Amino acid sequence: MNDRDKSGAPKREAVLARLLGPVGPELGCEECFAELDRYVELNLAGSDPDGHVPGMRAHLEGCPACAEDFRSLKALLESELERVERE
Amino acid sequence: MTMPIETPAGDSAAPGEDNSRLWLERLGASGPRRDAAVIELHALLLKAARFEINRRRASLPHLRGDDQEDLAQQSADDALLAVLAKLGDFRGEARFTTWAYKFALLEASVKVRRRAWQGREIPIAEDAWAVLANPASSTGAHVEDTELFGALREEIEGALSEHQREVLVAVTLNDVPIDVLAERLETTRGALYKTLHDARRKLRTALAERGFGIEGTREEAS
Repeated sequence: MNDRDKSGAPKREAVLARLLGPVGPELGCEECFAELDRYVELNLAGSDPDGHVPGMRAHLEGCPACAEDFRSLKALLESELERVERE
Repeated sequence: MTMPIETPAGDSAAPGEDNSRLWLERLGASGPRRDAAVIELHALLLKAARFEINRRRASLPHLRGDDQEDLAQQSADDALLAVLAKLGDFRGEARFTTWAYKFALLEASVKVRRRAWQGREIPIAEDAWAVLANPASSTGAHVEDTELFGALREEIEGALSEHQREVLVAVTLNDVPIDVLAERLETTRGALYKTLHDARRKLRTALAERGFGIEGTREEAS
């Protein structure tokens, strides 16, 4: 997340987003973890993950730790896909 | 898109077939068949843990290669226990391997964050006020921003409980990882996020009552 300007100060929008969190309903961390594998596979398949798992995107916007877990699982599956396609 | 498949050795699966059922059968068996499946599952989890630690090695500049490998092994060991204990929770809505990977990634990411913060004090609230005093504005609306961030500080200090304030300031202003804070406060990530969620709602309500328009503040997760 590029949330700092050239001087290193955090950007206004980033500070507000982190302080105030997402708008609307969101999952909790336990629900997020339970749905993470399905959500990532749907995301990679382009199969409307947010329609299938409502509240997930909002939680990922609000929870830095769960957002990192999402990015990690997505990156791992992408790296496996690249490996399979190379072979 | 076809997802990559990890085929358990020693049992056959047709090319392209989702072998989740095969994993469950083997892990639910007894004797050598189960033992072989557990060994293969551990290898799978270790691969995921190494992947995660490699992604995060910049946050562990003092950790040597041997220590990183130890962290990966610990993560895989803990993830294996978690996966075997929760096999009944697997609903088959994603591949078994994807489901299992998330346990290894979680164990590794939490261990890396905690290691990076080992021996460090959690910053106090006063350390965070500078962020509110001078956030970089992309709008040029300096007067309005000064009023908005001044009001935010007042509401953080006045409207939130001490616990809500501690969690909000640590996680959102001082960049303390929520897992690290959870360990220090002897609670869970989920419980702290609930506290954070409640604090955010209080702040949104308080700012709206003071006439500040704050809709549409969001960050992209990916």
